[in-house]
Amino acid sequence: MSADNAMESRNNRDPRVSADAPLLEARGLRKHFPLRGGVLQRTYAWVRAVDDVSFDVYPAETLGIVGESGCGKSTLARLILRLIEADAGTVRFDGQDVRGAAPPQMKRLRRDMQLVFQDPYASLNPRLTIEDAVAFSLLVHGTRAAEARERARALLGRVGLDPRLYGRRYAHELSGGQRQRVNIARALVLDPKLLVLDEPVSALDKSVQAQVLNLLADLKAERALTYVFISHDLNVIEYVSGRVMVMYLGEVVETGTADALAQAPKHPYTQALFASAPSMDPDRRMDRPPIAGDPPNPIDPPSGCRFRTRCAFAMEQCAQAPPALRPVGPGHEAACYLFS
Amino acid sequence: MAVVTALPHDAEPIAHAPMSYWRAVGWRLARDPATLVAGAVLVCIVLAALLAPWLAPYDPSAGSIRLRLAPVGAPGHVLGTDEQGRDMLSRLLWGGRMTLVAGLTPVLVALALGTVLGVLAGYVGGLTNTLVMRTMDVFYAFPAVLLAIAISGALGPGLPNTLLSLSIVFVPRVVRVAESATVQVKGLEYIAAARASGSGVLPIMRHHLLANVLGPILVFASTQVSLCIILAAGLSFLGLGVTPPAAEWGLMLNTLRQSIYVNAIVPALPGVAIFVTSMAFNLLSDGLRDAMEIRA
Repeated sequence: MSADNAMESRNNRDPRVSADAPLLEARGLRKHFPLRGGVLQRTYAWVRAVDDVSFDVYPAETLGIVGESGCGKSTLARLILRLIEADAGTVRFDGQDVRGAAPPQMKRLRRDMQLVFQDPYASLNPRLTIEDAVAFSLLVHGTRAAEARERARALLGRVGLDPRLYGRRYAHELSGGQRQRVNIARALVLDPKLLVLDEPVSALDKSVQAQVLNLLADLKAERALTYVFISHDLNVIEYVSGRVMVMYLGEVVETGTADALAQAPKHPYTQALFASAPSMDPDRRMDRPPIAGDPPNPIDPPSGCRFRTRCAFAMEQCAQAPPALRPVGPGHEAACYLFS
Repeated sequence: MAVVTALPHDAEPIAHAPMSYWRAVGWRLARDPATLVAGAVLVCIVLAALLAPWLAPYDPSAGSIRLRLAPVGAPGHVLGTDEQGRDMLSRLLWGGRMTLVAGLTPVLVALALGTVLGVLAGYVGGLTNTLVMRTMDVFYAFPAVLLAIAISGALGPGLPNTLLSLSIVFVPRVVRVAESATVQVKGLEYIAAARASGSGVLPIMRHHLLANVLGPILVFASTQVSLCIILAAGLSFLGLGVTPPAAEWGLMLNTLRQSIYVNAIVPALPGVAIFVTSMAFNLLSDGLRDAMEIRA
């Protein structure tokens, strides 16, 4: 299948040696959410959802972002698309400053970057037929109603929902997998360059997951799309991504090609993640969990390296200051004092 | 891959014909006997009130000293006469107009004003929300009856003042429902998706927010109609609402209550009318709520 070939060629590519300029550049992104309470609604604490996150996404690649729930993946997705305002940092898309864009410029930028949501139930308006839901974005950008509907119907057909059967249906009449196909069609109807996929298959059954993942791979090849693929499922991330970025408590702990990370994960957290992923190989199975307990509360993260409270290799140094990302191989970086 | 040559297996065609949301609501309403009966009763009441000038056999304010408190079934007066000898049937028909106006107008005013304020507060949030909602809380702090009596007492009796005071009673209630529905819908991902498509606030409100918020607000408002009818009748019963000699069910109940030992049935008639009308509105709003529930 075309999907497999596309997947392989991407896996072997090191984007850092490519001459392309990055499509998306994020630098030092930070978002802290205030927790308010009491009569005066005073801020008594901050949730450090995303802390100083930088990365590049190159044209036509798939960047996988993986981490436990609550590590700031979804917040990061919304920061990239400016659905929430960052506290600090910059996002550049195709060389244009996203955070500083004025409303008309922002509206134009939004055509090029779209988001597919996690929850197939909350992400579709129950009062709109699915063709209207898909056509809405076109209407926003001034396409005439008849043409918008025509394009929406064509795209529904492309994602596997026959418009003659499904076009006039409401979201509640569809299954989770079908709704996710509608979400993909809605995201693609503006012909974006970048698609941010926030856990697009996490709510689906395994068999449906595979269908949707294959659809995404086909669409990517057809339309020369660039994906930022967010998931907590390492198997899915390994399957779809060329490069992977591992997040822990709002920080990036390791980045590298999917192959490098799978074969030689450097950061103890990445190692633990890979060790805990279910494997088909009986020799790779283990009887003890490689990592204990839940992640600490992001309201009051540990000093220094945020992983040190669960890390088997924690040293004195780890509590002092957070380690910076350092190269540990070609196109491979890890934030850990073991490699300094 | 060709355009849908074979449907994937999670895509089975759905058998029944597609139906728009409001048609589906109508379809379900038409299959609910209690709602149908309540609706039919209401249609009769509204028609009777509207056609009072033609249906009423007598002038509602023309009395006769000789014919006071005639019992139900008296010759010429099917439902008897009141303490001034005025025909009860005519007065009930004319009184229905007043009671319906007093019961529906404040709720409609509250529906319009409350939806605007509530959706605004809910969608904008922040200081606007605090300002609007805390102001509404001030009104909410008083029991409905007390607030209506206080405002009517201050403004003086008369139909316009009754409508004003009842509107003030009901606006905060609708605002609260509208605000909470808006906040709930605003957090859903399809609103975020609409924002991600570059849509401005107004198209989002029109296509995504209002359609999903109006349902619960409408259902809530319909439950308030019966309460409003009772409050309006209560105000005129206390002499703060419609002024004599106009016919209004609450007022009729008040003036007839001294005659209850002479004839128990005639004084009860306006009460029965109030009960039936508000009950019908309640049943209708119950049915509406059931029919509008979206299967997710």
